[in-house]
Amino acid sequence: MKKLLLAAAVGAALSGGLSQAQAADYVIDMEGQHAFIQFKISHLGYSWLLGEFTDFEGTFSYDEANPGAATVNVTIDTASIDSNHAERDKHLRGDDFLAVDDYPEARFVSTSYTESSDGKGVLAGDLTLHGVTKPIEIAVNEVGAGPDPWGGFRRGFEGKVTLTLADFGIDYDLGPAAKTVDMYLSIEGIRQ
Amino acid sequence: MLKNSQHSYGWIAIAIHWLSAIAVIGLFALGYWMLTLSYYDPWYRLGPWWHKSIGLSLLALTIIRLVWRWVTVRPELIGSRYEKFGARVGHALLYALLLVTMVSGYLISTADGSSISVFDWFEIPALITTIPEQEELAGDIHWYTALSLIILAGVHALAALRHHFWDKDATLKRMLKPQK
Repeated sequence: MKKLLLAAAVGAALSGGLSQAQAADYVIDMEGQHAFIQFKISHLGYSWLLGEFTDFEGTFSYDEANPGAATVNVTIDTASIDSNHAERDKHLRGDDFLAVDDYPEARFVSTSYTESSDGKGVLAGDLTLHGVTKPIEIAVNEVGAGPDPWGGFRRGFEGKVTLTLADFGIDYDLGPAAKTVDMYLSIEGIRQ
Repeated sequence: MLKNSQHSYGWIAIAIHWLSAIAVIGLFALGYWMLTLSYYDPWYRLGPWWHKSIGLSLLALTIIRLVWRWVTVRPELIGSRYEKFGARVGHALLYALLLVTMVSGYLISTADGSSISVFDWFEIPALITTIPEQEELAGDIHWYTALSLIILAGVHALAALRHHFWDKDATLKRMLKPQK
């Protein structure tokens, strides 16, 4: 009986290990530009200011059989901020905001993924921005996955998270309506 | 009296010189100060508006100045051979720093293709928008050349005072009023 239990435990561990190995690794498609990191922040409380980070790279792994094991790793070039206004972008890169000379990279490293049944999930992880690392939770929507017309396999997600700027040591006063910034992430990975 | 003579500057050169001096000092102080303003300060938008309008006006004035310098006679420099050499190098550097500072400033604001309004009177369009990280590079150049310019202008002023009080010659006087 003991032997049987042991065998079952080993078998379970092995199959767990196997499914882990089968988890597919994806590289975010920057070459084809099918990934976006956008932000939206209130201007004075009267309208929205939109912009994006144009230069970043990352990978994720995802296994449909075991979504809880999914991991994500993204590095953002903070100097690539683009709000469609050179003077503002220069200010945003400066010491009042991103201080890109001191902190040229922002990084997100996932710590867990919890998938619910409806193709949505919560991706927890550590975001390092402006030299400060904080745990954040990204609300994820699984957009789709399947073969692409060129012989590859792609999988895409979108995510939303609201960041409080002061949490990351960015405390330039943009007014009471602009304490937080809404991030919208849309990434497409190509299976390796 | 309007034109330069062999021995003195004329009113046109004198007027341009002192207008430029006031503009350079004012632009440096304004530029430094406006970067410290909070977002809700009334000058947060007015400061750059004046800075860009005056800066582009000074650029136009400097181009006119260089043309004027070219077409009129230049008063002979006063001093020893070494002083004259120093004056020539200093003046050339002042002109170079003036031009690079103003052009780099223009390249910051026009990096995204926007034009720059001059006193809400007319717009100067963007010409160059394709330099990589243009507003950052132009911004760095703008700061360092502006700083160099204000320091060299200080040296220039000290040299003029030295001519006036130490050498007791007409160097400063002929830049205040045309001399016979």
